[in-house]
Amino acid sequence: MSFVRLENVSKRFGDNEVLRHVNLEVDEHQVVCLIGASGSGKSTLLRCINLLERVDEGSIVVDGQTLTNGKVDVNALRKKIGIVFQAYNLFPHMTVLENVTLAPRKARRLSHSESRSRALDLLRRIGLEDKADDFPDRLSGGQQQRVAIARALAMEPKLMLLDEITSALDPQLVAEVLNLVRELANLGMTMIIATHEMSFAREVADRVGFLDAGVILEEGPPEQIFSDPREQRTREFLARVIEAGRL
Amino acid sequence: MHAVLHTFYSPHDFRVALPNVWAGFQVNLKLMVVAEALVLVFALAIAVVRGLPGRGARPLRALAIVYTDVFRGTPLILVAFLVGFGVPALNIHFVSSRSNFTYGVVALTLVYTAYVTEVYRAGIESVHPSQRMAARSLGLSYLQAMRHVVLPQAVRRVIPPLLNDFIGLQKDTALVVVIGVAEAAEQGQAYSQTYANFTSYVVAAVFFILLTIPLARFTDHLILLRERRERALAT
Repeated sequence: MSFVRLENVSKRFGDNEVLRHVNLEVDEHQVVCLIGASGSGKSTLLRCINLLERVDEGSIVVDGQTLTNGKVDVNALRKKIGIVFQAYNLFPHMTVLENVTLAPRKARRLSHSESRSRALDLLRRIGLEDKADDFPDRLSGGQQQRVAIARALAMEPKLMLLDEITSALDPQLVAEVLNLVRELANLGMTMIIATHEMSFAREVADRVGFLDAGVILEEGPPEQIFSDPREQRTREFLARVIEAGRL
Repeated sequence: MHAVLHTFYSPHDFRVALPNVWAGFQVNLKLMVVAEALVLVFALAIAVVRGLPGRGARPLRALAIVYTDVFRGTPLILVAFLVGFGVPALNIHFVSSRSNFTYGVVALTLVYTAYVTEVYRAGIESVHPSQRMAARSLGLSYLQAMRHVVLPQAVRRVIPPLLNDFIGLQKDTALVVVIGVAEAAEQGQAYSQTYANFTSYVVAAVFFILLTIPLARFTDHLILLRERRERALAT
C-alpha cells in the first residue's frame, strides 16, 4: 500500500482552481519530483499534504491515516511530515541550534539536553556544527536552507516535502543543498520534491510528475518523462527548459 | 512680565511647594508603574485573543473588539469618573471599598490596555505569515507558534510605539486627580489655591518633563538602532 495517496484532490482560491482532480501515489522510500511552470500548483499540492492548505475535494491518505475527513489531529500529523520552503523561513530571533531544537522540545517534549545533542548531531551531518550559536542572518542562503532541512529532520519525519528549496539560492549555493537532499534519498527518506532543477530530478527521482494548470498531466519514470514525454504540453515545457539551458 | 514670572515662577513658591508636589509625584510614579505592568500583560492577552483562529473563537474575538472600541473611544476622564465614583456607589462588597488609588489604576489600565492592544496587534501582523506557517508545519500548536515564534518578533518590533504610549500614560496619571487621588497635580492645585500662586503647577510639570525626556530619548535611540540594523541587513 502506498505511503501517500491523493485521490481526486481539488483546491480553489476563490475562482482560481489551483488543483484539479489530482491523483498521486508515493510508496515508502520513494522520491517523487513534481515539475511544471510556476503557478502550476506544485507548492499548493505540497501544502495540502501537510494541511497548511485545506483541500476542497478529494482525499489524502498519509501512512494509513486519512487527513481530509476533518477528524485528524493536525499537529500530530505534521510531526510526521517535514516541509522545507523556498524562502527557508528560519526563525530570525533564534540561533541555528534553537531553530532546530524548538519543535522537538515543544511538540515532541524532548528534554533540553536530548534535543540539543540530537540537533548538534544533525548539524554535524550537514557540516554546520560550528554555526550552532549563530543567528540565521549570519549564514549564506545555502547554509540557511540546510539548517531549514535539519530543522525539519529534527522531528524525525517519515515524509519530507521540499518546495522549490533551491529556487531562491545563488547558483553556486545550489549544489550544497542538493547534495544534502541526495543523501536523504540514499538513506531512504520518502520525499515529494517540487523543483525546477531538471537534471537533479532526473537523477534522484523514482518518478516524475508534470503539473500543468493544476493537473498532473503526465507521470512516470524520469527517463520516460524527460526523454520521451507523451503529452504535447510536457514536450513544450521541457523544450523551453532546454532552451533556457536548465537541462 | 514681572507678574507673569511671579505667578508662574517664583523661586520662593517653587521651594515651598516642592516637597508636597514631590510627595504627590511619587503617587504618579506608583500609578504609572502598576498600571504599565498590568497594561503590558492584559493588552498582550487581548491582542492574542483577537487573532485567535477558527469559528469557535468568534465570540472571544468579538468581545476583544468591543472592548478596544469602547475604551479607545471613551475619554480617560470619563472612565475615571465612572470607576472612581460609580463603582463605590454600587455598594458591592470588596469591589466598592477600594482606595481611590486602586480606582485610578483601574481607569488607567482600562483605557491604556485598549491602546496597547492595538500596538501589539500591529506587531503581530507585521510578522510575516510564513513564520507562523513554518512553526505550524513543524507540529507546533497555534499557541506554541504564537508564544515562541510570532510574539518574540512582534514585541521586539513594537517596543518604540509601546514606550510612546507609556509616555502618554505617565502624563495621564495626572488626570486621576479628578477622583481625588493625591498625586502631583492635586498637590499643585492645593498649593495654588492656598497661596494664590501657580508656581506649584510648574513644579509638577517639571517633574513630568524630567521623567518623559529620558524615555523619549531612549525610544529615539531604539528606533535608530533598528534602522541601522535593518540597513546593515539590507546590504
